[in-house]
Amino acid sequence: MPGDVRIDGLNGAGRGLYRALPGLPDEMVDAEGAIRPLWRRLAGHIGALDAEALTRDLARADRYLLDSGVFFRQYGAGQSTERTWPLSHIPVLLSEADWAQISAALIQRADLLESVMADLYGPNDLVASGRLPAQLVAGNREWLRPMVGVRPRSGHYLHFLAFELGRGPRGNWWVLADRAQAPSGAGYALENRVATARALGEVYGQENVHRLAGFFRDFRDALLAQAGRGGGRVAILSPGPMNETYFEHAYIARYLGITLVEGGDLAVAGDRLTVRTVSGMRPVEVLWRRLDSSYADPLELDPASRIGTPGMVATLRAGQVTMVNQIGSGVLETRALMAFLPKLARDLTGTPLAMPNIATWWCGDASARAAVLDAPDRMFLSDALATAMPFDRNADQIRASDLAPRALAARLAARGSDLVAQEAVTLSTTPALVEGRLVPRPMSMRVYLARTEQGWTAMPGGFARIGASEDASAIAMQQGGSAADVWVISPEPVAAVTLSRPARADRPRRTPGALPARAADNLFWLGRYVERAETIVRLMRAYHGRLAEGDATSDALRAAATPLFRLMGLAADKGIPQALLDNLAAAIASAGAVRDRFSPDAWLALHDLDRSARRMALRVTPGDDAARALSALLRKLAGISGLVHENMYRFTGWHFLSIGRLHERAMGISAALAVLADPDAPEGALDLAIDMADSVLTHRRRFATATTRETVLDLLALDGLNPRALRHQIDGLRDQIDALPAANDHGALSPLARAVLRLHAEIATAEPEALTTAALWSMRSRIAALSDLLTTDYFH
Amino acid sequence: MRYRLRLTLRYDFARPTGAGRQLLRICPTTIPAIQSVERCEVEITPAPVERGTFADFFGTEVIQLVLPAGMTSLSFEMTGQVTRHGIDSVLDLSAPLPRLAPELAEIADLGRHSPHHFLRPSPRIAPEPDIAAFAARATAGAPTARAATERLGLALHEVMRFDASATQVDTPIAEAFRHRHGVCQDFSQIMIAGLRALGIPAGYVSGFLRTQPPPGRPRLEGADAMHAWVRAWTGIEAGWTEYDPTNACFVSADHVVIGYGRDYSDTAPITGSLRLSGSQIGSHGVDIAEIG
Repeated sequence: MPGDVRIDGLNGAGRGLYRALPGLPDEMVDAEGAIRPLWRRLAGHIGALDAEALTRDLARADRYLLDSGVFFRQYGAGQSTERTWPLSHIPVLLSEADWAQISAALIQRADLLESVMADLYGPNDLVASGRLPAQLVAGNREWLRPMVGVRPRSGHYLHFLAFELGRGPRGNWWVLADRAQAPSGAGYALENRVATARALGEVYGQENVHRLAGFFRDFRDALLAQAGRGGGRVAILSPGPMNETYFEHAYIARYLGITLVEGGDLAVAGDRLTVRTVSGMRPVEVLWRRLDSSYADPLELDPASRIGTPGMVATLRAGQVTMVNQIGSGVLETRALMAFLPKLARDLTGTPLAMPNIATWWCGDASARAAVLDAPDRMFLSDALATAMPFDRNADQIRASDLAPRALAARLAARGSDLVAQEAVTLSTTPALVEGRLVPRPMSMRVYLARTEQGWTAMPGGFARIGASEDASAIAMQQGGSAADVWVISPEPVAAVTLSRPARADRPRRTPGALPARAADNLFWLGRYVERAETIVRLMRAYHGRLAEGDATSDALRAAATPLFRLMGLAADKGIPQALLDNLAAAIASAGAVRDRFSPDAWLALHDLDRSARRMALRVTPGDDAARALSALLRKLAGISGLVHENMYRFTGWHFLSIGRLHERAMGISAALAVLADPDAPEGALDLAIDMADSVLTHRRRFATATTRETVLDLLALDGLNPRALRHQIDGLRDQIDALPAANDHGALSPLARAVLRLHAEIATAEPEALTTAALWSMRSRIAALSDLLTTDYFH
Repeated sequence: MRYRLRLTLRYDFARPTGAGRQLLRICPTTIPAIQSVERCEVEITPAPVERGTFADFFGTEVIQLVLPAGMTSLSFEMTGQVTRHGIDSVLDLSAPLPRLAPELAEIADLGRHSPHHFLRPSPRIAPEPDIAAFAARATAGAPTARAATERLGLALHEVMRFDASATQVDTPIAEAFRHRHGVCQDFSQIMIAGLRALGIPAGYVSGFLRTQPPPGRPRLEGADAMHAWVRAWTGIEAGWTEYDPTNACFVSADHVVIGYGRDYSDTAPITGSLRLSGSQIGSHGVDIAEIG
């Protein structure tokens, strides 16, 4: 049968038969059904694997994605959830020669978009000369009037673009959509690459696949060069953790070593943009915007925005900030604009578009209306000013032939200038693995362009969307589509590229910039929540362990622990108290807000702990069962502490995390001592305190005598060598706070530094007898006050 | 007509307040053939930390300022002198309604006075079927765009009750229209929605009205506060016409313009965090006196 291809070695498994869809070009096989030369090695490799080996190889990619915590946010009815990245394991292959043509055509298009943008926000000649209808601009929500007349500081409006491409029925590429607002996905392309290379390492190693790192390196250098002019920094502006692609923002920030900020981290002083850091306000000169334009400034753009920075537009007007891309660039995504770009290319550049876009008609033109009426079955009608991509199903998009001819004519006559018609998209297919078989699936490809010091450069491959079914419109990931790597293959070996450049005399090694205040705040609270979870686990374990021993003192035990339970909001009749689950959820939220600074391993460990605790909470019973479950949780908590504290670079962020942890432990132990070492506490309370602080053995070794209030206070309050003692926490707090910016300015102490020093002097000189219950409570409230001082000094 | 203007806005805060960045649109601007501003000064107490001015897209002068922290009160005082040119248009040169769309299509301009900015929905004026139906009924059979504007204005004035306490600065137009009450802002935005539904490009004008009427004429509604009215584009020949629906009259030399916009949001006297605490406004006074 024509179009069938048998891949050697796969016959037994029934996976060998790959049949292209009739009438559609396929990436892997040609019209005669033969495998294209470029694909032979990959097809042969997959064909040679048995089902088991294939499953094993692909699982490596999935394992990698899971382990690095790659996710995107999916929106459903009234809620959103994090989904793991849907990788389609079979890459799309392109030859270097084809790629060169694609990238040249897109560079021409990028230059055209730059000219259009410069005109729309400048002289408006395109409208004045009749080349663009005024209403497409004037009625457009993405044409932002406050930006009209604002010249970009860098001389360019556009620095980073993406183009969605598809292959038409005759095998030629065309542009489906221009993405100029704040294109996403480049970071996911990197993850596609790493994951795919894990699954298909052998072929990847044999083929000369162009590397992606060079593209990011060049773009990063271009951003840094823009910032070099005024001593300010580069930052990535994200809408925050609830955004669909926040993972990517954090990922790119970490990958490129650029500060990740949200609108609330920024403030305008004079006409300059600054970021709130723990060392004060620091200038920002270059902002890679991943936030839609109108949200960027509630003062001059959308007043309802809660994620913007008042005065942002003023800094652009003053030419103080390079914005990537300039605010207002979303207007270039207007669907009806594609009806005019082919002619604008000829008018503005003197050459036709090297790669066409999908045929588009603005129905404000009589000739366009006639064209739609002529072939309604080939056309989709939608809002002229829509910016969604053609296959992002939106309610207003209908096939023109779904309307009765008379109704269609009436709608076009009445509202023509509000409508755009686009030819129905057909896409080429590419192989995808579905239930162990290679099947053709529609494919579109996203190509990224970045402006560097040498001009536009294209990311060589990295990102294709693969449809969930044979229906080309189900390609969007929100609808179950998946993503695949794109390999641009050279006939020659390609140079390996890394992100780092050889050191150059004029580019000194960068020291980490000052820590944004919001990140510091989240790290501090992350430390507190994790430690509080540990305090709860230790207390509950000690309690349930003793309960399980079933001695007659269980009433006394309950009486001893009750004030502590009340203080921490714990229900004693539960094996796993709700307060623990709440703390873990809060810890995850804090960690989620600083993912650019948080170890992916620790992130996964934290989620793992949370899942275990929630599972256990459903079935664990008080007593021995709970004690054993809590021991398991404690081991997981220790794992997280290890991952965080042993792997984190000892810079400002680490200090805040440590302060949070020490602070919370000091709060926990001081409360435990005030309650359990009270002279009136019931019998067994002192033992509970020692058990909770994991100090049973040490106590036995240090004190031959029986447990008394004095021995407990000595060991758990005053012993600087016991890592669970109050003294040890205060020592740590003093050291960590001293290392904070501006804590100790040539001997002039900040109020925070002074407060911790006073506490330290007090506990370092105290005798056990002096630590009355009242003294312990007083000390605890002064420890609590440190948190307020820290907040005032560093997080506001 | 030559006027001396004075506007005072005063805020009192229960607690010391840091008000941050604000934009003020309270100074009249010179507009060729309509008015010339001889003087306009704004005094701000306490003194702002930063202060600058720029002209916005529609040509309105915007004062951009950062206020100090810890304010317990805040006042703006604008004083100025403006010559307002009278408009005597007796001839109706406006286009018949069906001609408006083709004439609009001939305008290839995106400048600040282009009618194209004023036909589509704007931040505070979305299409409202009730208002559209009302406008269609009120203007049925109107021979020209100007006649339609006047009929709609008269009809609204007929059914709407001026009530300074019935609506807030952010009351949606549909709600104000349902209750048939409001202040000049509501009258104007409802009329704009009606005009746009008829295919007439329409915008919002903020400004002042002379406090004391000329001898023998009644004192106009809204004269003791900042005022607002409507501009309608009635064809290539006639251009813009201004109509005051609160007082059911075409605008003439009694009205002084601060600025134009698509709706209130483009011309709000104060934009910024202060606007959110608008309830703390202590006093708002306007005095416009004719001078020799």
